[in-house]
Order: sequence, then structure tokens, then C-alpha cells
Amino acid sequence: MKARSKRLMLVGGGVALLIAAVALVLSAFQQNLVFFHTPSEVAEGKAPVGKTFRIGGMVEDGSIAREADGVTVRFAITDTAKVIPVTYKGTLPDLFKEGKGAVVQGKLEAGVFQASEVLAKHDENYMPPEAAHAVEQAQQAAKTLSQ
Amino acid sequence: MIPELGHFALILALVLSLVQAVVPLVGAQRNSMALMAVGRPAAQGQFFFILFSYACLTWAFITSDFSVELAATNSHSATPLMYKITGVWGNHEGSLLLWAMSLSLWTVAVTVFSRHLPEAFMARVLGVLGLVSAGFISFTLVTSNPFERLLPGAGEGRDLNPLLQDPGMIIHPPLLYMGYVGFSVAFAFAIAALLSGRLDAAWARWSRPWTTVAWVFLTAGIAVGSGWAYYELGWGGWWFWDPVENASFMPWLLGTALMHSLAVTEKRGAFRSWTVLLAIGAFSLSLLGTFLVRSGVITSVHAFATDPKRGLYILALLVIVIGASLLLYAMRANKLMGGGSFGLVSRETALLGNNVLLTVASASVLLGTLYPLFLDALNLGKISVGPPYFEAVFVPLMTPVVVLMMFGPFLRWKDDDLVAAVRKVAPAFIASVLIGVGVAFAVDHVTWRTVLGLSLAAWVVLASIQLLVGRLKERAGASASSRLRSITASWWGMWLAHLGIGVFIIGVTMVGSLDRHLDVKMKEGQRAELAGYTFVFRGAVEAQGANYDAARGQIELSRDGKVLDMLTPEKRLYWAQGMPMTEASLNIGPFRDVYVSLGEQLDDGAWIVSLYYKPFISWIWMGCLLMALGGIFAAADVRYRRMAARDAAVASGRRVAASA
Repeated sequence: MKARSKRLMLVGGGVALLIAAVALVLSAFQQNLVFFHTPSEVAEGKAPVGKTFRIGGMVEDGSIAREADGVTVRFAITDTAKVIPVTYKGTLPDLFKEGKGAVVQGKLEAGVFQASEVLAKHDENYMPPEAAHAVEQAQQAAKTLSQ
Repeated sequence: MIPELGHFALILALVLSLVQAVVPLVGAQRNSMALMAVGRPAAQGQFFFILFSYACLTWAFITSDFSVELAATNSHSATPLMYKITGVWGNHEGSLLLWAMSLSLWTVAVTVFSRHLPEAFMARVLGVLGLVSAGFISFTLVTSNPFERLLPGAGEGRDLNPLLQDPGMIIHPPLLYMGYVGFSVAFAFAIAALLSGRLDAAWARWSRPWTTVAWVFLTAGIAVGSGWAYYELGWGGWWFWDPVENASFMPWLLGTALMHSLAVTEKRGAFRSWTVLLAIGAFSLSLLGTFLVRSGVITSVHAFATDPKRGLYILALLVIVIGASLLLYAMRANKLMGGGSFGLVSRETALLGNNVLLTVASASVLLGTLYPLFLDALNLGKISVGPPYFEAVFVPLMTPVVVLMMFGPFLRWKDDDLVAAVRKVAPAFIASVLIGVGVAFAVDHVTWRTVLGLSLAAWVVLASIQLLVGRLKERAGASASSRLRSITASWWGMWLAHLGIGVFIIGVTMVGSLDRHLDVKMKEGQRAELAGYTFVFRGAVEAQGANYDAARGQIELSRDGKVLDMLTPEKRLYWAQGMPMTEASLNIGPFRDVYVSLGEQLDDGAWIVSLYYKPFISWIWMGCLLMALGGIFAAADVRYRRMAARDAAVASGRRVAASA
């Protein structure tokens, strides 16, 4: 093989490898994006059906209840305008409390959000930004309505 | 008074860093020995002042001087001494000071261990490091002064975040920072080489041990951080693809590519242009990591700052560094062409393939980490990219990397025969697939992931043995000990690090396939079963630590009627912040961990308990340890010192000739 055609093959092979890898990355990226919705958007039916997404907001006061097995928890997430009921099986984060911000990830089934993951704050000073965002949006919407 | 001294010392350090940046660079351009000689003392003086400044800050923490705002917000008089000391970097301002201190430490190490470098080259290296240092110290002073006073002083401190009050946190940040910052040395060498227009094998040889040592620190730092997350966050995972973890993983991936690319540049003179780009890239990603972690764009346990001014400052720094170095690269690109040619089937090709894949992997992490931030910043909606994406990307990207890693060492430099090479590796490959399938059936978990992981791991182990045996056979006739001694430290380094990858894959595959988890409500005397182990809840007692109260669960662990351990997971309440925290309890073994953590207490006195069975999880960290150990061997190779002595002799000869 001549040096030139060798080099061509090397470059061609490298480029093909690169294109394959990039295609793989982008398709995996497309398939695994998790979108975020506020409780108001979920209530309006804007959330995807049968697909994993996230909701952020406050854990509604007095909403936490446990089933008899002790491990399944029901609570509600609110952005102060709309309330979405959530069920979750597992241990809750240390800083998960009523009246505090939280983000849940999971799927919506028959109007109830089946959470596979519950996230709360890492320490007392922070609120998950998604939760803060949801409440802020709902309050802005309320303001525009009352004007 | 002492905090003001610390502040003043930091200002002096900034002045010295500017001197270190400007004078030697000008000296190197004008070929003035006198100006170039300023670099070394300036760097050493700067280190002294930063160290002094750091000591002053630590003093404020140790003595609980709560008139210093940083101590008041991150320490408490009841905090154990160890965590008072580590609390210094458990916050934004202090961690920046630690960053500047590690940079200065690296710089001093360069002045001590690289005396053999030509004066002009050394001057440029120190100049570049001085510029970086000036950027960071000024950032600290302008936006994040750690010595800010609180008027009036607080009576009591707010304490360090309890999650950070842990032995793992004593070593994780310094290790990680030494790794991050260490890539600045590789960067400075690359820039110095670009400035001088001298990018040859010698440059690669000078740069290699520094790059490897930085990589060792980064590897160890990431491993310790992952171990900390595993036992401290209380839910048994070891890697979460959290943006902050990704921030350290990206430079690691590119740094790994850089190490291998430097090897080609040193041995064969090829890949020069690529090596320079990787050096710039690895350091840029380190800076980006600092930006992500420290700017507050990501909310996590690492994000202390939420002041946008700080984010902008680091972003500006980042743009200047990347922009200026790429500009310089473009201006000098014509000098980078050429180098040793190589055939389609050669060790160079294998290394090139790995480089491409590692770079793509790094870019895929960058995409998954930054894309949500971009969308958010542009107000286009909020999304998150979680573990499924990274897992979907990493298995197919890393599988060929491991395959090439096993092929590469069997291939000759320059040109080799594909058929011969395949014949060499085929037996081990076939055996590994059989082992992978066999073990998957034996543990009764036959999925393609398990088979793939186990086969790859088996192949790494078998090929490593084959490689070692082959190497020992090379010198037939010699005694066994002389054969062993004939192997260089850098070869052992390669061998150990690659073996470490195999051990790591075993851990990841086993824990990914076979871990078990059970959340269960337990009353005193109640029992639960998981993976053949029996857990009996013996109730919870009250306990008290130095700065917290705790409920300590008593869980008896047994197997086949034999009691193995009494596990004591805790639910702690830290006084100062009123913050609850879960402290898991582990029974660690070579082939499995049993991991227990307490959830919350229910109204009827029962507790929610999380039980985990984690097979082979410690192999993940053993693998990282082997990789780091391999790096230490490689960097300690006697060749570098021998060549350094030769360079020094040449340099002094040159000086004598110049003065004559």
C-alpha cells in the first residue's frame, strides 16, 4: 500500500469512528432527556404521558401519609396554584419536609405521579432551583390573573 | 490582627505572582538571563506568602474567631479540631485559597524538580504558571475575600455542613485540587513549548512525569469522593453523574488521553499537535470544573457561592485562557506538523483510536452537563440529563477503549502485522468470553451487560498475565530476578493501571448486576432477609457526638445462624444548623459490602430501614487505587532522572560555552 492511501485509510477510519461515536452520543442524548414541568403545567395536561419527567414545588402541608407497609409514602407537590398527588416507595431524603421545596422524578399514571426518585435540598440554605422556579411561575401567573 | 496579616500576605503573593508572570516571560523573549532568573525566587516567595495566608485563616478557624465571617459561617466552637481545620476549605472562599495554594505548591515543585530544563523554557513555564496564579489570587481577593470581618462578631458559629464532617472530606478536596491544578503544569509546559517553537520529544519527556502525577492525584481524588458519596449520602450509590462529579471526570478523561498521547510524542515524535491540544483541553476542563463547582450555576453540596459576579470572573478567566492558548496554537500550528510516520496496524493507531474515543467520551459528558445549563440560561425550559444518558453512552464508548487497550501493548510501534497480532490476543479473548458467559450463568444473571462486563474484565486480567509472561520470556537464559529487574518502572506502571481497569470493571459489573436493596419498616425484635443475610433490629438508642445528637440503630447482621456484626446506623441532628443527617453503617468484605441506613422514625416507634447488599463494590476503588499506583510507578521511572541529569549536563555545558 502506498503511504498516501494508507494515510487516507487512517484518516477515513478515524472520521468514520468519530461520526459513529457522535451519532451514538446524540441519539442517547435525545432519548434520555428528562423534562421538567410545574404542577400547573401538569394539571393543564401539558406533561408527557407514559414518559419520565420531573415536577418541582413545595411539599404541601399536612399531605404526607404512609401506607401500612411504612415504606410507601403519599404526599402532594404544589406550586401554590395547583396540587399534584405523588406516591413514592423508599426512603425519603433527610431534608424532605412539609412546606419545603422538593423535586420528584417519575411518571404520571391515572392522575397520580409515581415517583421513582425524590430530591430535596442538600442543606438548610438551599431550595432546589426547579422547585423555586415552579413556585415563582405560579405566583407570577396568579399576579397576572388578579390584575 | 492575624486575619489582616493573612489578607496582607495574600496581596503580597498576588504581587509576586505578577512578577513571576511578567519578568521571566520578558526575559525569555529578550534572552536575558538576569530577568529569567527572577522566576524561581518569585515563585518560592509566592508560595511562602500563600502558605502564611492559609495558616492565618486556619488559625481563625482553630481559635473559633467568629469575628471572621468565614469562620462564623463554617465553624463552631464544638466542632472537632480536625473538622475545624478541614472547614477552612469546606466553603467557597477557603477552597479558592486552597486552589491557589496547590498551584503554588506545584510551581515550587517544578522549580525544585525540573532544574535541568533550559533556562528560557523554565522561565516560560514559570511565567505561564504565574499568570494563572495571578488570575486566581486576584479572583479570591476581588470577589471572595476569605478574611472578611464580621461586625459585630458572632457569638457562636453556624458550623460546617454536617455532610462535610467526615474523614473522607479530610483528603478528598486536597487530592482533587492537586489533580485539577496539576494539569496547569502540563498546560504551562505546552504553552512554553509553543512560545519557544520547540515541540520535540524532549518537551514530551519533560512534561510526562508531571502530567502523570497530576493524573494520579485526580484519580485518587475522584475515587475518594466517590467512596465518600457511597457511605455518606446514605443511599448506597457510588457514582451519580452529578454535574459536579462530571466536572472532575471530564479532565480525568482528557488527562488520560493526554498521558497516552505524550507517550507517542516522546517515543515516536508523532501526535505533537494533538498532544498540545489535549494539554490545553485538559487544563481548560479543570478551569471549567472550577467554574461549574464554584460559580453557583449548579446547586449541589459543592456549590457554595451564588454570587453571579464570581461566576462571571471565572468565566472571563476561562475565556481568556482558552482563547489566548488557541490563538497561540493557531499561530504556531505550522511548526507542529510532521513527526514519525506509522502504519495502519501499529501501536500508534491503537493509541490514536483510544485518544479519539476518550475525547468523544469527555465531550459527551460535557454535553450532558452543560446543555441543561444553557437551556436554563436562555430560558428555554428546564431539563435534566440523568444516569440513563451517561450509561447509554459510556458502555458503547468504553468497550472499544478497553479492547484497544488490550491490543495496544501487543502491537509494535510504527508497523505491525494484523494477522500476527490477532493470533497473539485471540486465545485470551476466546477464554474471556467463555469465562464471562460462564460466570454470568453461575451467578444466574445472564444479561448482555453482565456478559460484556465480565468478559472484558476477564480479558484484561488474562491479557495482563500474558503480557507479563511474554515480557519475562524476552530475555531467555537470564535468571528470573534479572528478568524481573529488566522491566522498567514505567512498564510496570502501564501494567498495573491497565490491570486496575479490569478490577474496576469487575466491581462495576458485579454491583450493577447483583446488588440488592430493600426498604423495610422495622420494630424492635423484627427481622428481615436480604441476599442470604438476616437483619434483626435490636432497637435504637440515644447517642451524642461532639456537636450532634443521634439515634443509633442496633441491627444484628447474621448469615446461616452465625452472627457477623452489630451494625449501628445513625440518624443525627446537628445542633448548630438543626440539620438532620443519615450516617450509614457498613460491614465491609472483600467480595461484598452489607450496607444499612436509617430512614425516619414512624409514629408507632418503628423505623424505616434501608438494607443493601453490594457485591464486589470495593473492587471499584481497588481498581482506582491500582490505576493511581500504576501512575506513581510510571512517574518514578529512573529514565526521567537519568535523562534529566543528561539535560542538566548539556545545559551547564551550554552555559559554560556561553560565558567563555
